[in-house]
Amino acid sequence: MKQILSLMLVTVLGLLIIVSLDGNPLYVDYGDAQAANRISTRFIRRDVNGGNQAVWFGVSEDLESGPANIVTAIVADYRSFDTLGEVTVLFVSSLGVALLLGTLTTKRMELEFHPNFMLRVGSRALFGIILMTGVYIILHGHLTPGGGFPGGTMIASSILLLYLSDDQFRTKVKSFKVLESIAGSLYVVLGLVGLFAFDYFLVNFLDNGVLGELFSAGIIPIVYVLIGLKVGSEISGIIDHFLTEEGA
Amino acid sequence: MLQYAAIALMMIGLYGLLINRNVIKIILSLNVLEIGLNIFIISVGFKTGGIAPILTSQYDNSAVAFVDPLPQALVLTAIVIGVGTTALGLALAKNIYAKYGTFDLDEIKEGQV
Repeated sequence: MKQILSLMLVTVLGLLIIVSLDGNPLYVDYGDAQAANRISTRFIRRDVNGGNQAVWFGVSEDLESGPANIVTAIVADYRSFDTLGEVTVLFVSSLGVALLLGTLTTKRMELEFHPNFMLRVGSRALFGIILMTGVYIILHGHLTPGGGFPGGTMIASSILLLYLSDDQFRTKVKSFKVLESIAGSLYVVLGLVGLFAFDYFLVNFLDNGVLGELFSAGIIPIVYVLIGLKVGSEISGIIDHFLTEEGA
Repeated sequence: MLQYAAIALMMIGLYGLLINRNVIKIILSLNVLEIGLNIFIISVGFKTGGIAPILTSQYDNSAVAFVDPLPQALVLTAIVIGVGTTALGLALAKNIYAKYGTFDLDEIKEGQV
């Protein structure tokens, strides 16, 4: 009975959404979106006041926002305050996990199998490669797809690999907490420097450089490194809390 | 067409939220709902033949027909918050299992009476 009622409710709701979207002038068909007619074109042209300048890869200098990756320009520059809130949400959730699962004395949760020599050594070799890929993705967040969040998650996934392949492995959770706090505080300090020494909170006060070069885009690579360290250490801490239990 | 598939995914997630009594399955349904919503938001900005919104040496100026970058930036935020809520939900589920020995909400009620 409950299933039939739920099915009816869900079907009616889905049909209502489709009917209300159909024929709505603001809603375009799949594949017909015109970024040129939307607010996004101002982010692509790097002028929120609606200017019509052309932006060239490897040529344009000192733009309003420097990254070659336009999504990074939005996430870490135009909407950087929003990203600070997002990092705060992740921090609160990792704090909640620590409060719910943390105990004074922890021991490693038992695995069903005991890894042999080859698995331990092989996973340690892979660990370095995954870690370096994560660092690369963080450092090139303003030029290629990726950035602080995917890179930080890759760093955490390398830690998860070690946890799963070795039943004795533990990380130093305390040093992760210190790293996370320092990275988060530095992000806020960077914003406050912009507020007091320059115009407004989280203003990009460094030189934007030439679009497309590694050392360009002002504070954005710094912000992304801080976000990457914070996300990586937070998710590693969450993984550690899930794989430990109470006991000596 | 993809947008209707995304709406279907959202509805599957909502259906799962309504009928399931298992905590793990509820969290999974929430994730399916969220993925459907993310696909829907991304698909609103898609343009057939559009280029990923990154300036490279091949597509080197702002006149190239990029796909809309703004929905992608918003979904990036939504994914991270989804990870946070999922982790918190799973921590709660682990505590429920440690206390009652079951993931089923109905069995918890019976056990208390």
